[in-house]
Amino acid sequence: MTEVEPVGATAQTPPSSGAGRGMFGVQGTGDTSGFGGLRRRRAVELDSPRPYGGDFDEVVDALEEAYASFNDAIERIVVDRGELTLHIVPEHIAKVCQALRDDPALRFELCSSVSGVDYLGSDGRRLHAVYHLTSMTFRRRIRLEAAVTVEDPHLPSVTQVYPTADWQERETYDMFGIVFDGHPNLTRILMPDDWEGFPQRKDYPLGGVPVEYKGAEIPPPDQRRSYQ
Amino acid sequence: MTTDYAAARETTEGRVFTVTGGDWDTVVNEAGSEERIVVNMGPQHPSTHGVLRLVLELEGETVIEARTVIGYLHTGIEKNLEFRNWTQGTTFVTRMDYLAPIFNEAGYCMAVEKLLGIEDQITDRAKTIRILMMELNRISSHLVWLATTGMELGALSMMIYGFREREYVLDIFEMVSGLRMNMAYVRPGGVAQDIPDEAIVKIRELLGWMPDRIDMYEDLLSGNTIWRERTQGVAVLDVTGCLALGITGPVLRSAGLGWDIRKQQPYGGYETYDFEVPTETTGDAFGRYKVRLNEMRQSLRIVEQALARLEPGPIMIADKKIAWPAQLAVGGDGLGNSLEHVAKIMGQSMEALIHHFKLVTEGFRVPAGQVYVPIEAPRGELGVHAVSDGGTRPFRVHYREPSFVNLQAIPAMAEGGLLADVIVGGASLDPVMGGCDR
Repeated sequence: MTEVEPVGATAQTPPSSGAGRGMFGVQGTGDTSGFGGLRRRRAVELDSPRPYGGDFDEVVDALEEAYASFNDAIERIVVDRGELTLHIVPEHIAKVCQALRDDPALRFELCSSVSGVDYLGSDGRRLHAVYHLTSMTFRRRIRLEAAVTVEDPHLPSVTQVYPTADWQERETYDMFGIVFDGHPNLTRILMPDDWEGFPQRKDYPLGGVPVEYKGAEIPPPDQRRSYQ
Repeated sequence: MTTDYAAARETTEGRVFTVTGGDWDTVVNEAGSEERIVVNMGPQHPSTHGVLRLVLELEGETVIEARTVIGYLHTGIEKNLEFRNWTQGTTFVTRMDYLAPIFNEAGYCMAVEKLLGIEDQITDRAKTIRILMMELNRISSHLVWLATTGMELGALSMMIYGFREREYVLDIFEMVSGLRMNMAYVRPGGVAQDIPDEAIVKIRELLGWMPDRIDMYEDLLSGNTIWRERTQGVAVLDVTGCLALGITGPVLRSAGLGWDIRKQQPYGGYETYDFEVPTETTGDAFGRYKVRLNEMRQSLRIVEQALARLEPGPIMIADKKIAWPAQLAVGGDGLGNSLEHVAKIMGQSMEALIHHFKLVTEGFRVPAGQVYVPIEAPRGELGVHAVSDGGTRPFRVHYREPSFVNLQAIPAMAEGGLLADVIVGGASLDPVMGGCDR
């Protein structure tokens, strides 16, 4: 005898709270207006084939020549929106920077920026350290990216190559918990010294705002009702 | 989230905390020697430009070691951005470096536009207005630098003059955007509203008398013995030092390297303007002062050219999927959607109402990817690293703030010098803590 659905079974109950589910608890795009045109689609560039265009080929060739273990160091190369990104195996990052700075055909004299991005939910290595290098000689810019896991968030520090990375690595540690091995003084910089947790991580718990009315609370920003 | 770090005692009026210097005892103990004294300067100090804290180890009047402590003005702007839509982002970023709000906005909007791939759809008028506003902002920012640095070195008249002229520039900003500071005027796709004719008149007036005023500052300071003694050969940093420490902007140019992103990697139409990049070769505080004065002159040249090519036309991108649906207008209760637009969406067109509602509450989606947009802010390279996951909100926005990076040079400039020169060195970097700490 097969199981029969009892007549008058309760309909699927909506979740008790609409928080975090978009305005009015709408699922999917929430687009009832027919105005789907707000969405712009574009495939994400994951691995670009050669030729990269512009003088990017020149940069990659020069690095291949300057850095002996190039093939072990480069995970993938992405050219997107006119910017070149080299995804570097974490252990190689400082040595690659050294080659990029010192090789006469590369000459990336200035490390413009070091920061982090937390790609929560992408894969295990969700914490990315992102370096933007500038070659004033050739007027070029490239981006290096090195991905680490939350369990083992270690990267070699580039402060020996670019002293300017000092504070920027500290900020990245402060916000994402990426540990830069070899950094002279890796402490918090923007948050108080005794702060716990790494605020820019995507799973960092956000606080709500208590309201002095019958114990109500304004929910944290990621749980408020809004279009997501 | 914090554990107790301040001693507390109960009083009849509740618990009272005694806030201490944090690591103060540790520093003093480590210093050891009786002749060496440790001076804590800031975070509340009139000449540390906001809430910068310096811990200085002194032997007599000589600075042996300088440590910079920042973070007192950290407001989590980058994190906040992730919970607002892309357009709302301008309202946040404008509050970072509060002396150069237009640059924060322009950098952010150019990054969003690059992510969207719509840079070539930005109208000429919008581009010209952006450049016009950026250069006026550069002048006002340099004026504040001149005013505060003058004050710190005892040239109090300079402080009065600098703030007086800056006030005039802020009046122009108010006429154009409705706000003197933190305008959120530059928006993804264009600018919030058109320049009114009265503002053009006012800008022309500024162009009329400002060159003489800059000459006056120069007459007042350049030959002044005290000014020269206090700035010449003080806080020297050469090109190698600058590049190692990542210092850009007027400090780098005062050392002799004419690196200006507006010239070297032009953006937003700067390649079509005729201007020079002022440099000096001394690499000291006096050189930085000269560079900034000359930059104001060059900015006036750019403003003049921008006014000349300000042709009538749209100030917002034509693409209705991105453009803000209404013209904004300043009413009796502040900046808001213009009355005609409100009348139209409330009384005539349901579709326009839906469009407005969707675009304003939900916002537009930005294709996934990342960009880095560097622009030349008054303090150096302002870089915006923006990451999108394809949604209506930024996934991550990081600001490469010139104040943050440049402040790393304080130990290099101060150590081995006199205590009084720490002020000069710090001031010559022109740090803005709102930008530094974000």
